[in-house]
Amino acid sequence: MSVNYGSKRVVVGAHYGLRDWLAQRITGVLMVLFTLAVLGQVLLTSGDISYDKWAGIFSTQFMKALTFSVFIALAIHVWVGVRDIWMDYVKAVGLRLVLQVFTLVWLVSCLGWAIQVLWRL
Amino acid sequence: MTQLAKKRPEFRNINALTDLPSYRLPAAGIVSILHRISGLLMFLLLPFIIWMFDTSISSEISFAKFSAAFNVGLGFVPGVLVKLVALALIWAYLHHMIAGIRHVYMDVCHAVTKEFGKSSAVATLVLSLGLTAALGAKLFGLY
Repeated sequence: MSVNYGSKRVVVGAHYGLRDWLAQRITGVLMVLFTLAVLGQVLLTSGDISYDKWAGIFSTQFMKALTFSVFIALAIHVWVGVRDIWMDYVKAVGLRLVLQVFTLVWLVSCLGWAIQVLWRL
Repeated sequence: MTQLAKKRPEFRNINALTDLPSYRLPAAGIVSILHRISGLLMFLLLPFIIWMFDTSISSEISFAKFSAAFNVGLGFVPGVLVKLVALALIWAYLHHMIAGIRHVYMDVCHAVTKEFGKSSAVATLVLSLGLTAALGAKLFGLY
């Protein structure tokens, strides 16, 4: 176990790597399945995609629940991925913290908007 | 590795501007850096993606606004530019997804040979660029 207290406490990096590594893969697979589910319904639609057909795809309770899960999965997936980028390229701890906070605010704001759009449908 | 005290080798003789452009990146390396770039691009364009979801799905009127953004334009932004941004997102999504599937396949099947790394990387590039071209042609009304 890494030291998590005292003067040798590790304060940077992702020292809980396996959990995030696994989360990123599972959320990724979920998003691929969602993509296939939506794409399949779009491709099975005959003729032009009208508003009714497009909104109809997301109108069932099953698709709403699935889409909701995918939004959460997307946020987790992006958080792990974008944080990886900051950890790899931004070495200044202060700037990295600012970027990570920006990432979280950006993601949570987008998530709120997306969920609002979905559930008022 | 439990503490940061463990020293890792550092290479400080690589200059990003003079050395990196002449480095020959293998196909797997190109897929890897594009995976990163496409991911960051989609992260930054997330509000636009949700805007598209919002306008396309909220009502008939907003759906018309959504269509008009691509055909006529959005405010001062011409429709062609909106289409180009959408095309960039299509590429980013396809590349990120296919490269991601490659990743998961390698993790699950322990497919870590040098040959498979190269051939699957080339397949990723061909597939993602091919599909992007096909969907881009549809987006710009070539068929």
